[in-house]
Amino acid sequence: MDLSYSDDEKAFRAEVRAFLDEKLPKEMSDKIRKGEELGKEGQEKWHAILNEQGWLAPNWPKKFGGAEWDAVQRHIFEEESAAAYAPRIVPFGLSMLAPVLQKFGSQEQNDYWLPRILSGEDWWCQGYSEPGAGSDLASLKTEAVLNEEGTHYIVNGQKTWTTLGQHANMIFCLVRTDKKVKQQEGISFLLIDMEAPGVEVRPIILLDGTHEVNEVWFSDCKVPVENLVGKENEGWTYAKYLLTHERTNIAGVGFSQAGLTAVKRIARAEMSGGKPLMENPHFAARVARVEIDLMAMSTTNLRIVSKAAAGTAPGVESSMLKVKGTIIRQEINDLARRAAGAYAMPFASEAIEGSNLALPDPLNAGPVAAQYFNNRKLSIFGGSNEIQRQIIAKTMMGGGA
Amino acid sequence: MNFDLTEERQMLQDSLRRFLRDKYGTAERNKILESDTGFSADIWNGLAELGIIGALFTEDQGGFGGAGFDIAVVFEELGRAGVVEPFLDTAVLGGGLIADLGNDDQKAHIEEIIGGTLQLAFAHGEPASRYDINRVSTTAKADGDNIVLNGRKAVVVNAENANMLVVSARESGDVGDEDGISLYLVPADAKGITLQGYALLAGGRAAEVTLDDVSVPASARLGEAGKAFMAIEARIAAANVAICAETLGAMETACRLTRDYLMTRKQFGKPIGTFQALAHRMSDLLIEMEQARSAVIVAAGHLEHDRKARESHVSAAKNLLGRAGRLVAEDSIQMHGGIAMTQEYELAHIAKRIIMSDHRFGDTDHHLERYIALAAA
Repeated sequence: MDLSYSDDEKAFRAEVRAFLDEKLPKEMSDKIRKGEELGKEGQEKWHAILNEQGWLAPNWPKKFGGAEWDAVQRHIFEEESAAAYAPRIVPFGLSMLAPVLQKFGSQEQNDYWLPRILSGEDWWCQGYSEPGAGSDLASLKTEAVLNEEGTHYIVNGQKTWTTLGQHANMIFCLVRTDKKVKQQEGISFLLIDMEAPGVEVRPIILLDGTHEVNEVWFSDCKVPVENLVGKENEGWTYAKYLLTHERTNIAGVGFSQAGLTAVKRIARAEMSGGKPLMENPHFAARVARVEIDLMAMSTTNLRIVSKAAAGTAPGVESSMLKVKGTIIRQEINDLARRAAGAYAMPFASEAIEGSNLALPDPLNAGPVAAQYFNNRKLSIFGGSNEIQRQIIAKTMMGGGA
Repeated sequence: MNFDLTEERQMLQDSLRRFLRDKYGTAERNKILESDTGFSADIWNGLAELGIIGALFTEDQGGFGGAGFDIAVVFEELGRAGVVEPFLDTAVLGGGLIADLGNDDQKAHIEEIIGGTLQLAFAHGEPASRYDINRVSTTAKADGDNIVLNGRKAVVVNAENANMLVVSARESGDVGDEDGISLYLVPADAKGITLQGYALLAGGRAAEVTLDDVSVPASARLGEAGKAFMAIEARIAAANVAICAETLGAMETACRLTRDYLMTRKQFGKPIGTFQALAHRMSDLLIEMEQARSAVIVAAGHLEHDRKARESHVSAAKNLLGRAGRLVAEDSIQMHGGIAMTQEYELAHIAKRIIMSDHRFGDTDHHLERYIALAAA
């Protein structure tokens, strides 16, 4: 057992740090630190900077234009990025759709779509959840029927919780192509042009005032058969692959570390009883407890990451990391709003760019209460923590649970 | 012992609940939240006519209630409906301090308050005071017959709508001393007052208030010079009873919505409430809500008791409501899933009311520490 990083890994960390130091625009990291909305343009700018460096697709094989980093390298990159307040790359095209295309897509599909993901020409979003199909995703009803000529699918139905769908021009969807078989066996994986007739995007405003999710409606939308990924009615297999494949950052260790640093900074600025709140033993104990949990969880994460680097696909461990990782992140959000005291009350929000400028923020805390509420989503999306616990129980108790 | 409401309070509860059920739905409230004033004059006047404000004052003061249980009944209903109008600030805090300390001229304002025509704000907390109610650094200095106020007040709820501010300022002593604090009734348009206003996350508005050589006559002082602390503490205790009752009402709404959702939302072919993992959590929320209800009753019942009994029961309630409220808000959202995160769904606002109530007049931790200190005293 050796708890230190190898020399190569240390060198890699130094390289990442130097890159962030040089290439991450200060106005961008300032925005992230203050919890402000980066907007579409900002996202595209960072996307282009990473692409130029060849680091945009760390998980892709080199033959597709990726960096082909191992899991430890990816972990280091994510940790350094969070510490430097670098934007989070929108994952839908790069780390969700691309691995599916690379494994199950045709040569033509890979040749056409992958370069467009790297260049930023396409902005992808994900069409999985539906109003009636959340945790029970396989019950989805959006229907795709092949036309008589066999050239197009006609899609009807509604997707929901579509993150950043307002910016996207493409959506990958799970659609029902066979209603007669077992639910999971009648689902296909379809790529749909959002600018095509019959697609409508309606905003959903979240409780912190942000517009980050949408409803996407399809009415008689024509989708060329070339946009079917893999085989008809095998979409569920691809979706499951997608869900278990890209899970190295599921624990959000970097976000938690950055968040904990921010909590301490706020608690050093906030005064309580004439002393910094950080010196209050009660508050300090709360911080210490999370710090201890985070220390152990980040080591769990590294243990799993190293196994993955050695080629073993993580199984039930990703579910464990999702549950513990989101509990810790949410606890840190709770501490941040607690620390800010009465100054957590103003409606600071990421909703409108620059909208927080007129607000009092003597602690330089940013929109801590809005972030606390917004991040309630962490334990809901991507398979709720209840679903993750069910997966753990089923796996560990041999289906008896 | 008798835990039933008196007939008068029962009638007050019924009429208030009916009024709010008819007039204060999610869509109506969202319009109020988005308005420039963060406030509905119609709702304010309607509730004043219903006698809601009068119920927060004693008969001696011109009202017909004013006890801990009156405050609890009113605010539980306001909380149930997620009302954002500043009854706490105008009536319990501002009006209450005038009633407790004011001379006859000052007390004349109470009639206007009860009638709904006068708005107040309590300008007390400061940027470096957090939840310490004795830390006042705003100064009050005599200048001939006048008093000159200088300082800054933080997150003053309802400051923009207020006709008058009740401002705390130090006449003598060090920044943390209980002795030496006075209260002044200051017209909101007095020269030297600057407001930087903003919306609040859980609804309503507040402002940073800067007092720059604000000159008021000595007759604007409420009560004796430098002796306001005990009255401030007692009024904040009443405010905390109101906040706890309001949070309890909001928790009831959260639990009702969650229970209904668990019984109707189907996944995997059956209502999700039939899954034991969720059913047991729902049960825990209901258990905690009963705990919260009892804590509110005990705190309200001790509001007229001696200082130590009053303060320790209020701190106990604020601590318990902080813990139970967080559990109810977070678990209600979690068991709903994404729908509860949307602005259009009632629970989103209710959850914000519950959580943000922990940021006024002392949070869960502050009141735990205070409870311990009071027990040791």
